[in-house]
Amino acid sequence: MEYRTDDATVYAVNGVSFNVGKGESLGLIGETGAGKTSIALSIMRLLPDRIGVITGGKILLDGTDITAAGESAMCDIRGEKVSMIFQDPMTSLNPVMEVGDQIEEVLLLHRPEMTVEQRRKKTDEILEMIGIPAERKHEYPHQFSGGMKQRIVIAIALACEPMLLLADEPTTALDVTIQAQVLEMMNGLKEKLGTSIVLITHDFGVVAQTCDRVAVIYAGEVVEIGTAYDLFEGEDHHPYTQGLFGSIPNMNVDEERLHPIEGLMPDPTILAKGCSFADRCPYAQEVCFREKPHCREKNGHRVFCRFSKYPEADREEDVEYE
Amino acid sequence: MSETPLIETRHLKKFFSTPKGLLHAVDDISLSIFPGQTLGVVGESGCGKSTLGRVMIRLLPATGGEVLYRGENFLAYNGRRMKEMRKKVQIIFQDPYASLNPRMTVSEIIAEPLKVCRICPDKESMQKKIRELMDTVGLAPRLANTYPHELDGGRRQRIGIARALAVSPEFIVCDEPVSALDVSIQAQILNLLMDLQDSYKIAYLFITHDLSVVRHISDEIMVMYLGQCVEKAPSQELFRNPAHPYTEALLSAIPIPSVRPEDKMKNVIRGELSSPINPKPGCRFAARCPYATSACTQQAIPLTEIAPNHMVACTKYQDKGEHHG
Ligand SMILES: Nc1ncnc2c1ncn2[C@@H]1O[C@H](COP(=O)(O)OP(=O)(O)O)[C@@H](O)[C@H]1O
Ligand SMILES: Nc1ncnc2c1ncn2[C@@H]1O[C@H](COP(=O)(O)OP(=O)(O)O)[C@@H](O)[C@H]1O
Ligand SMILES: [Mg+2]
Ligand SMILES: [Mg+2]
Repeated sequence: MEYRTDDATVYAVNGVSFNVGKGESLGLIGETGAGKTSIALSIMRLLPDRIGVITGGKILLDGTDITAAGESAMCDIRGEKVSMIFQDPMTSLNPVMEVGDQIEEVLLLHRPEMTVEQRRKKTDEILEMIGIPAERKHEYPHQFSGGMKQRIVIAIALACEPMLLLADEPTTALDVTIQAQVLEMMNGLKEKLGTSIVLITHDFGVVAQTCDRVAVIYAGEVVEIGTAYDLFEGEDHHPYTQGLFGSIPNMNVDEERLHPIEGLMPDPTILAKGCSFADRCPYAQEVCFREKPHCREKNGHRVFCRFSKYPEADREEDVEYE
Repeated sequence: MSETPLIETRHLKKFFSTPKGLLHAVDDISLSIFPGQTLGVVGESGCGKSTLGRVMIRLLPATGGEVLYRGENFLAYNGRRMKEMRKKVQIIFQDPYASLNPRMTVSEIIAEPLKVCRICPDKESMQKKIRELMDTVGLAPRLANTYPHELDGGRRQRIGIARALAVSPEFIVCDEPVSALDVSIQAQILNLLMDLQDSYKIAYLFITHDLSVVRHISDEIMVMYLGQCVEKAPSQELFRNPAHPYTEALLSAIPIPSVRPEDKMKNVIRGELSSPINPKPGCRFAARCPYATSACTQQAIPLTEIAPNHMVACTKYQDKGEHHG
């Protein structure tokens, strides 16, 4: 996927493959500009008109290729099969509409067979489920705190019980105790409704506490993917993942100094010939700059580095959801 | 540690009048920081961290209480002495971009405090000093003539640090200096701040909402809740023996980057943050506190020393230690 702007082409997503099983949560972790939001917007097909273009690959939803689906087909998919929520809840809320009406509106759009009575009842249920008393449904978004607004957004996104929820940094702007409440609620809803979740974050803690599987994204590529256990306890890691771990102060160990990754993200308007992390990588050899990294794998834990101690794997090219 | 603290506050207060009433943003804060030491201030948004930092260096007038600088009444300093003090106390902000003039180049930004405080006698020494400062904070010389918008967040923060360092300060308020940065860049800036402290014995008031950061950088930590200090202790002691129920809640709310069962998030605290407008007497956390009793909301809860330098404001400990009002 790339952005074609007037002055340059930004290569935002460069051959990303992963799949999310039913009821599973996959974390996409990476730093600012890694391409996480672009991946989600590509799946939703909400890329900016004419500027954001999917240039290759496939998106499969429940086995169906939706890469070429038209706008009307996508309208049916959005909200009903796949929902997306953003860091700022006000992106998704209408400031001049009562929150109850906003939930009912979504139901009306995607569940036209429901009667008015059923819709009202469902709306009350949804509000209670996220811990907001149904009496408050006549209030406007600004009457709720940031944490409550984000819970309302999640409720709206889940109103039609979509197969897949794309959550883009949903708790990044929240205070830590409020974040804990929202994460707990998301975990609960996932169990209850069996929704698959792609959770975008830059926080390893959030990933550890909410995701079954994790993909580490760097410069528009997956550099490592596996279960949450693989990521935190696995035998081998991508040097970028190691760098990220070295950068976060450890709550359990006293260290004098952190071990940051030197340097900066590469320029996204230039496609790296070899490994995109090579110029920041302490282990890089000449070959890393020339050739794309290998995919190494052990029991499904994949590391895209030619010097990984895992054995070489066949590279899979399909992007798949569910 | 030397005898007198570098900077000290006693019962410091800052109230704002709002349409809904008097907002107690900073309400009776007493603290002291010694040269070369870091006091971390943690708490959730709106608890008064930034206001405390600003009042301490007189960017905002205090409503009550005292600030002592090397034992002297800093709040009473007038024109000339205050100007002297501008060299000794500095501040670094969260959003370096908003605090940097977009029309000035990197070297112009760093030159400004040097000019204002007349630190360099001539152009040559000024250029030399700018080069030294850029080198100290890790900015490549070629960036001297670039503008802030051309640089990434980490480099902008380095400019903010260089600008603060230009006047050789003794005390810097670091107001969420790494909160907007990605972790790999955050680590670079934290290392830089710690190195600078080692070299120049600068004292920091380090404000953050990130507990892992505050633990890493602080010698002592103060936990704030709605304008008040609920707990204060040496860094290790606070994390080993958190005593106040709010500190406990804060610690257990941090998602730990580990999948081990013992690190699983538990005991999520209920309730929302409010603001301290016309606060009622007693503990401001009582409404959310799982241990609250009627004693908690009857009168002000003083800080009690439950272990050496470990202060807690909670009725649970009131009978056990020595009171400090
Ligand atoms: N509308 C746009 N036009 C041009 N470039 C864009 C646009 N949106 C994002 N980008 C660029 O695409 C890259 C990936 O961005 P993004 O997907 O937002 O990353 P992340 O969500 O991981 O921070 C970045 O280099 C970003 O600057
Ligand atoms: N200039 C002001 N006028 C009125 N209220 C203010 C002003 N500045 C801050 N406040 C209020 O004071 C409280 C503390 O704010 P602040 O010090 O910014 O908290 P923190 O930095 O911990 O997030 C908040 O309730 C905030 O809304
Ligand atoms: Mg993003
Ligand atoms: Mg603040």
